[in-house]
Amino acid sequence: MRLERRLEQPRWLSVVVPIGSLAVAFVLMAIVLLATGHQPLSTYRTLFDSAFFADGALTSTLVFCTPIVFTGLAAAAAFRMQLYNIGGEGQFYWGAIAGVGIALYLGDRGVSSTPVFVLAMVAAGMLAGAAWAAIPGVLRAFFRTNEIITSLMLNYVAGLVLTYLIIDSKSYWRDLESFEGQTFPLGKSIPEEAKWPSADLESLAVPLGFGIAIVVAVALWGLYSRTRFGFELQVIGDSQQTARFAGMRLRRKILAVMCISGAIAGLGGASYEGDFAYQIDPTGLQASFFGYTGIVVAALARYNPLAVVPVGFLLGGLQNAGYTLQGADFPSGLVGVMQGLILFCALGGEVLVRYRVRVGRRAAPAAAAAEATSP
Amino acid sequence: MSTLLASGVNDRFLVLILASAVLYGTPLLFAALGELLAERSGVLNLGVEGMMLLGAVMGFWAVQSLEAAGGVTLAAALVVAALAGALMALIHAFLVITLRANQIVSGLALTIFAGAAGLSSYLGNDLDLSGAPADRTFVPLDVLGLGDLPVLGPILFDQSALVYLSWACTLAIGLYLARTRPGLNVRAVGESPAAADAMGINVTAYRYAHTLAGGALAGVGGACFSLEITPQWVTGLTGGAGWIAVALVIFAFWRADLCLVGAYLFGAFSALPLLLQARGWLTGVPAEVFQSLPYVMTIVVLVAVSSSAAKRRLGAPAALGVPYVREER
Repeated sequence: MRLERRLEQPRWLSVVVPIGSLAVAFVLMAIVLLATGHQPLSTYRTLFDSAFFADGALTSTLVFCTPIVFTGLAAAAAFRMQLYNIGGEGQFYWGAIAGVGIALYLGDRGVSSTPVFVLAMVAAGMLAGAAWAAIPGVLRAFFRTNEIITSLMLNYVAGLVLTYLIIDSKSYWRDLESFEGQTFPLGKSIPEEAKWPSADLESLAVPLGFGIAIVVAVALWGLYSRTRFGFELQVIGDSQQTARFAGMRLRRKILAVMCISGAIAGLGGASYEGDFAYQIDPTGLQASFFGYTGIVVAALARYNPLAVVPVGFLLGGLQNAGYTLQGADFPSGLVGVMQGLILFCALGGEVLVRYRVRVGRRAAPAAAAAEATSP
Repeated sequence: MSTLLASGVNDRFLVLILASAVLYGTPLLFAALGELLAERSGVLNLGVEGMMLLGAVMGFWAVQSLEAAGGVTLAAALVVAALAGALMALIHAFLVITLRANQIVSGLALTIFAGAAGLSSYLGNDLDLSGAPADRTFVPLDVLGLGDLPVLGPILFDQSALVYLSWACTLAIGLYLARTRPGLNVRAVGESPAAADAMGINVTAYRYAHTLAGGALAGVGGACFSLEITPQWVTGLTGGAGWIAVALVIFAFWRADLCLVGAYLFGAFSALPLLLQARGWLTGVPAEVFQSLPYVMTIVVLVAVSSSAAKRRLGAPAALGVPYVREER
């Protein structure tokens, strides 16, 4: 068996390969389940049932997948240009902190108009996420510090900030008045008017955040494939050398992409609070791993923003179901195993997009050489 | 008599810090040495955190389920932890060496697969390991009878077998890379796989072997947490140590001896918050400030190292992260 580089990559492969990767991942997952003494088929049935088919499952899946679509878009924006921002997790926390903070502040100031709340939360979340992502961005652009490690380390720091705000201090974000808040550390709830509305389509409630996520996905796609900025990013992603010779400003672009990525993740944090959580819950936020799931989504979508939405919907649904089912039949940790396997398979599948697998004897060397040199 | 003399000095804060730095630095040292081996052969493995967690959970499982003499059980647990780490590394090796996948994304995938929300947590739950302390743990061994020596005693001579093993590994890996023929071959594979291939070195075999060895060491590093430091199984108990180990290799300019220095430096940062808490010092400062110290210092150290050295890529194997394809060189 040999691998030959494809001279052209057929379009259909970029659809078939991710779907095939998913299928293979589910087969591998079944092996893991069998090996640890669980029934794969019944596990899958309950998983898909509670993700997509049960009553109200789609509504809760939409709510749960929204943050994942945002973090997926954030990862896709950066990974596409070979900037590995894995700080989506921390940027998401900061978006949540800033979104809740501004909502509480406006509530205290007597604001009661929902659109004002929504706009303020979106802006605050994006700013906070972008600012947190700017740290590894500046370090990468100006000191050439590896952004993978710095952005990841900042996730832990952001997690500690969450713990500090709610558990270890009497901060503005903590509920110190209600009875529950006095017995157990809790986040303060945002005012009723600050909760984001949802659109009802028959029995399905579509959260506002999901709508915003679709707009962001389209905007990101447009930015990357229809503008000069996006073209320059592609060039930089392919070859920094070429980009430098062409006079592109590398540092600015690196910083800009990190900030865009962080802003999207931060917006995800704000939407998570506005749509669903309404208060800072340090353990819940940290146990959901939205940021890391976003990386899986982005890779499976092959960093295409438009594909992130359906992939995020699928993985978000499964993750949501996994967390609701958590218990003896569905031990925690299985969600990560599943996502890891999907990512492995997506990576392995990438080989089929880039290479053609030839089985059997070696082709005549002369013919192979001619094929490789002909344009 | 010597005990009486030493006890005063050896309770000093600085001595305690240094002794804990060695304790907390040991898992970092194992993991960093493993990553060093993989990276020297040209394979970047960002799955260290995942491999450590799997080593931690499997090592802990071995200790809880084996019924042999203490030393045998612990040695067997280390072997189990190493095998678990190597098995995880094998996935990465297959994806990036054979299938030529993106090394960064594959490493991330490994951490997601095996990490805090993945296989290690799944196995911990499924094998019902949480909650109980380890049946047997690595305890300080005063092998040379020098444990009561003032200052140096607690830091160097009153440590566990894991610490002594990590020193042996550092020495062995340092000598292996610098002084042996296979070590030279590894460096050649990491610097210029095409040239190594032309010399008749099997690039694929070298990369597989060193990635797997790296995984085994990361597994042992994880077991340091579950069998000595904590010592119990808690989901995600390494708390980012695997990532700090990746950073350590950069900090150490890809040298084994400097890995040891860096590991103890970061061991001290990890130990500091606990010691300060135990002494009741600096209670006015939020605990989170100290807890974030290892993470913040990792960033600071990386910036300091990269701004001066990265321009010359000091020590970094030239082919790090690049798949080797004979037909496409």
